[in-house]
Amino acid sequence: MLTDEKRIELEKTANNIRESIIEMLVAAGSGHTAGPLGMADVLTVLYFHTLRQDPKNWEWPDRDRLVLSNGHICPVLYAAMAYAGYFPISELKTLRKFGSRLQGHPHREFLPALETSSGPLGSGLSQAVGMAIADRMDDAAGKRRIVCLMSDGELDEGQTWEAAMLAGKQGLRNLVALVDRNNIQIDGFTEDIMPLEPLADKWRAWNWHVLEIDGHNMQAIAAAFDEALSIYEHPTMIIAHTIPGKGVKEFERDYEWHGKPPKPDEAKMALRELRTLGGKIESEHQ
Amino acid sequence: MLNPELRLNPKLFDADVEKTAIRAGFGQGLVEAGTQNANVVVLCGDLTESAHALEFKEKFPDRFVELGVAEQNMASVASGMAAMGKIPFITSYAMFSPGRNWEQIRTTIAYNDRHVKIGGSHAGVSVGPDGGTHQATEDIALTRVIPRMIVICPCDATEACKATVASVSTETPVYLRLARNDTPIMTTPDTPFAIGKSQRVWISEKPRVGIIACGALLYEALLAARALEAEHIDCEVLNLSTIKPIDEEAIVKLARATGRLVTVEEHQIFAGMGSAVAECVVKHSPVPMEFVGVHDRFGQSGTPEQLIEHYCMGHDSIAKAVHTVLRR
Repeated sequence: MLTDEKRIELEKTANNIRESIIEMLVAAGSGHTAGPLGMADVLTVLYFHTLRQDPKNWEWPDRDRLVLSNGHICPVLYAAMAYAGYFPISELKTLRKFGSRLQGHPHREFLPALETSSGPLGSGLSQAVGMAIADRMDDAAGKRRIVCLMSDGELDEGQTWEAAMLAGKQGLRNLVALVDRNNIQIDGFTEDIMPLEPLADKWRAWNWHVLEIDGHNMQAIAAAFDEALSIYEHPTMIIAHTIPGKGVKEFERDYEWHGKPPKPDEAKMALRELRTLGGKIESEHQ
Repeated sequence: MLNPELRLNPKLFDADVEKTAIRAGFGQGLVEAGTQNANVVVLCGDLTESAHALEFKEKFPDRFVELGVAEQNMASVASGMAAMGKIPFITSYAMFSPGRNWEQIRTTIAYNDRHVKIGGSHAGVSVGPDGGTHQATEDIALTRVIPRMIVICPCDATEACKATVASVSTETPVYLRLARNDTPIMTTPDTPFAIGKSQRVWISEKPRVGIIACGALLYEALLAARALEAEHIDCEVLNLSTIKPIDEEAIVKLARATGRLVTVEEHQIFAGMGSAVAECVVKHSPVPMEFVGVHDRFGQSGTPEQLIEHYCMGHDSIAKAVHTVLRR
């Protein structure tokens, strides 16, 4: 359970991360908006509550591993890592620029603290399964956890289900996957493009322990990762229902915002909305 | 004559020369590698016996993972295991790995800089009766174009074993191209082997043509060189088992000494070993070349011997290519 104090602190951090996402994207002039904003709460809980990592000693062998399968939402990963202390927040504005450590899709050759390079969809879960199998071979299960973040759109990829079967077969209790169930992909709504429902049943059928949560409720996110710790015979799948573009009303629930950045005037509007918490407070930055 | 420095099989040209499948040498190499290094793990996709992962599985059951018929998953799972310090070998048929899972190998292994070793069995038309779907003739092209990837096509089971063991100590992904069929043992445990180093298997005082071969067809190249010697056409035969990184020095030296080259591979002539040699020769010392290999066609069912003959890759075809290049 999060204390109220901790929950409020996480919510503030998530808001800061959302502001940075808008600033990064407008500076880059390209990139994805909806997914990163939608996953800001999950990434915040992971980096500021759940994961056992040390930004100053990022090679610590016993650290928890975070695999971002849908690499295109990397602005939220980069922002969370910067706020957690992996690199200076000022570096965020180099996103997608020549020579930047923050490549358009994550590349660990440029930023070694990343666990994987990713972009092509559907292969992150396989890599996380491999990490979990190796972890168990070393008898280190329980010491470190493997967390894999995925999009719902990438569940169209057949490889995802190859990995799902193997994880179920192996009963990988050190593995937790989270699907960003925001219902959108590039061409439209997931249920129009390629229906995924009944999604929870699919994962249960492959012997996963399945949880469904509100992906914007800090308490629920933290509790889901805690619950996974107590599941001993199965990998855990957290289906996190999120609102794409969350935090900026004009961007929310619109698949048009999947793969484009805000223009400068749209960014100004978005930042004002985030800084005033949707008009609830007077912004101190104005 | 056969190069005495290489301590080759003395019975190489005997009618009863020992024959073993190159993939079996890989299986033996896996066990040796696993014995030497506790981090070596083997992954298999429902082809454990055929891809020769069985010996490893029996000796190290806790370091063996069966993934079912799922080669794309296998490549990326191996990447994840490598991220945790393991040295994974993925085993299947070349048509499926690196065939079907090429993008996973490219992105999750090579781009990700994970040192996974890929054993692709059943390469070439000599797979035989299974037919064209199972005969990989494009895999050298697919792998050598990937940055960081080492590509090795051993000539026999003995060399395959050494290449498998040697691949463990490379800090890079490696593709080991293996064949299904029993083929002559040309090298011995005493024959030197190093990744990236070719071998002058057949030498002559004043060679007029250089024959560069990889895989089991090296034997056909030797038969051709011996027959040509009787016709007073002296050749040198190079075993280019490492296709990438290519042994530039040896190839350029051979091109300069002979002025004419013939390449021999059980692979499409486009973008394979012969093309790699041509890239090297054109840059440093252009000479006329002939390419023995599969000429832009798919394979089919038949005995290995029939297919090698049909696709013009046997010793007669190699000798013919030597005559052709001499006329140019």
